[in-house]
Amino acid sequence: MKPSLEQKVWMYEHMLVSRYYEQAIEKIYLEGKSPVFNMAKGTIPGEMHLSNGQEPCAVGVCAHLHDYDIITATHRPHHQAIAKGVDLKRMTAEIFGKKSGLSGGRGGHMHLFDPAVNFSCSGIIGQGMGPAVGAALSRKLQNKPGVAISYIGDAASNQGAFHESLNLAAVWKLPVVFVVEDNAWGISVAKETSMSVTHNAVRAQSYGIPGVFVPGNDPVAIFEAAGEAITRARNGEGPSLLDLETYRLAGHFMGDGEDYRPAGEKAALAEKDPILVFEQTLLNEKVITPDENEQMKKAALSRVEEAVEFARSSDYAPAEEAMDFVFV
Amino acid sequence: MAVKERKLTIARAMAEGIAQEMRTDESVFVMGEDVGPLGGVFGNTRGLYDEFGAERVRDTPISETAFMGAAVGAASDGMRPIVELMFVDFFGVCFDAIYNNMAKNAYFSGGNVKVPVVLMTSTGGGYSDGGQHSQCVYGTFAHLPGMKVVVPSNAYDAKGMMIAAIRDDNPVIFMYHKSLQGMGWLGTEKGATVHVPEEEYVVEFGKASTAKEGSDVTIVSLGVGVHHALKAAKTLEQDGISAEVIDLRTLVPLDRDYIFASVKKTGRLVVVDEDYHSYGVSGEVMASVVERDISILKAAPKRIAYPDIPIPFSPIMEQWALPNVEKIVEACLAFDYHQEQAALI
Ligand SMILES: Cc1ncc(C[n+]2csc(CCOP(=O)(O)OP(=O)(O)O)c2C)c(N)n1
Repeated sequence: MKPSLEQKVWMYEHMLVSRYYEQAIEKIYLEGKSPVFNMAKGTIPGEMHLSNGQEPCAVGVCAHLHDYDIITATHRPHHQAIAKGVDLKRMTAEIFGKKSGLSGGRGGHMHLFDPAVNFSCSGIIGQGMGPAVGAALSRKLQNKPGVAISYIGDAASNQGAFHESLNLAAVWKLPVVFVVEDNAWGISVAKETSMSVTHNAVRAQSYGIPGVFVPGNDPVAIFEAAGEAITRARNGEGPSLLDLETYRLAGHFMGDGEDYRPAGEKAALAEKDPILVFEQTLLNEKVITPDENEQMKKAALSRVEEAVEFARSSDYAPAEEAMDFVFV
Repeated sequence: MAVKERKLTIARAMAEGIAQEMRTDESVFVMGEDVGPLGGVFGNTRGLYDEFGAERVRDTPISETAFMGAAVGAASDGMRPIVELMFVDFFGVCFDAIYNNMAKNAYFSGGNVKVPVVLMTSTGGGYSDGGQHSQCVYGTFAHLPGMKVVVPSNAYDAKGMMIAAIRDDNPVIFMYHKSLQGMGWLGTEKGATVHVPEEEYVVEFGKASTAKEGSDVTIVSLGVGVHHALKAAKTLEQDGISAEVIDLRTLVPLDRDYIFASVKKTGRLVVVDEDYHSYGVSGEVMASVVERDISILKAAPKRIAYPDIPIPFSPIMEQWALPNVEKIVEACLAFDYHQEQAALI
């Protein structure tokens, strides 16, 4: 299934928003954190995991999704959230810890919940998988439309939850698609020292479900593979796993010295920046004109700026409101 | 001749203690996520990989259930594994191996199987890392029989307790607070970086210590709470109140006699704990006094703990919820220091 021109444009636009978003967050995150880098300080305190480079995994899959489809995302969730249509202003306010945020600032960057588009994420590795299986079960039992997508990183596939979830989804033939963003690293630990097979696609096959490895960090190739997996799920044919080669252009988190990376890896990856590659493809194929390209960049940038402005100008919730919502 | 004191951070003290034991005992090895070349995200295995290599300082996959279980198996077979759970909050994915195997196998085997694992894990928040990366859950670990649980507040104790933990034939949960590690990016408490002797030494478990002597009120705490309590005690001095600060150091075994003796002297008790308020350390400390002799109290004991809420991300909310110096001072000031008789009999 090939993407239409509109879908290609949609993917590119959302990649741009995602990238500009992360660049903005990166800059804001550093506000107030010098001269000594201190996580507690600044406009955005706490850990920050950026998704620069991994945008194709988000748009290639989400181009097939509706609001009613479900995503359980990871600790590196911004690109996935943006592609799923999470309210960007409220998401940003959440990352700033403000009252106008998705949860009034209670969740933060690793715990974004937007029920309007069925999006959630978790900072515990692998623990989005069971909930995705459960959501898929719920849709099946209620005869309601929708697939569940569970995003994980390659290193998360070494968790028990991965293996149990694949098995459960397979034996119950649930409408769920597991999406592995394989950036080859789990913090400082290289994938080849954590896995005895090269691809998680192989592991999927051992649970009796299709596992498709997609090389190249290419949004179109991901779109095509995701299309098949999602169609299968919608048709009641059961789960699949997409094993997507991707690249983490930044460190694991902001403040990561990245000494573990082999020399030259980062520079080589930057040359393969999927946004630059896709931009060139779209221009060469005349899907967009240079003018349209500039317009799209401007529009993406202003969406980001609006969201940041909204977050900045929002207030913090009163401290005592920390006590709310333990029970509902 | 004055010798300049060597000061270490808790992270370096932990690494030094581990290295010294690894040199003398071939059965000691380390495993966990990012403990190898990176040296641990909280710095407590720095330098070990370079000295001992990948066989004895093993980076694991993100497979806590497997490597926690593996620690139990290796320990039962004569090794002395030190295993790291990067954030204590992650215990959920591997608790069975801890709760039902590590903690119970010695008992199930009538003492015939020893499980000398050191499980080191980071605790605590205060820097807006959100509700899955900021918990203390001391009580959760201390509640289950069969594991020793220790929480150092300074580098001297950290080294001595690490060595004691490695030599102990029982599982020891070594819980270090992130804000005491000496990692600049966590905004470190300076008071935790203290003189640490070069030679090996042991800080015996089950012995609390007095961080500061006083006569009017006893403040019992652990980990970073000890530093808050010491600062509060300084402020209270200006109000003419003499606070005694007790550092629990080990939760299991708990030095109940020591706590009791201090409260008997002062007649007043405040417990400071960054773990959740209910069913935790603070309640246990208070119970250990009142169930022995309630008449030594001149007033009802107080506790300053984390409210029973998941830890909020918003810095405004989190800072409000955390125990701090002001809350301790306020609690101590609320006692009536002129009343000499025990109020509760
Ligand atoms: C159960 C659990 N163990 C460990 C961690 C700490 N941790 C957070 S991210 C991470 C690496 C994850 O790697 P991967 O799944 O490949 O995702 P990536 O960061 O590469 O996107 C680790 C070890 C965690 N959050 N939860």
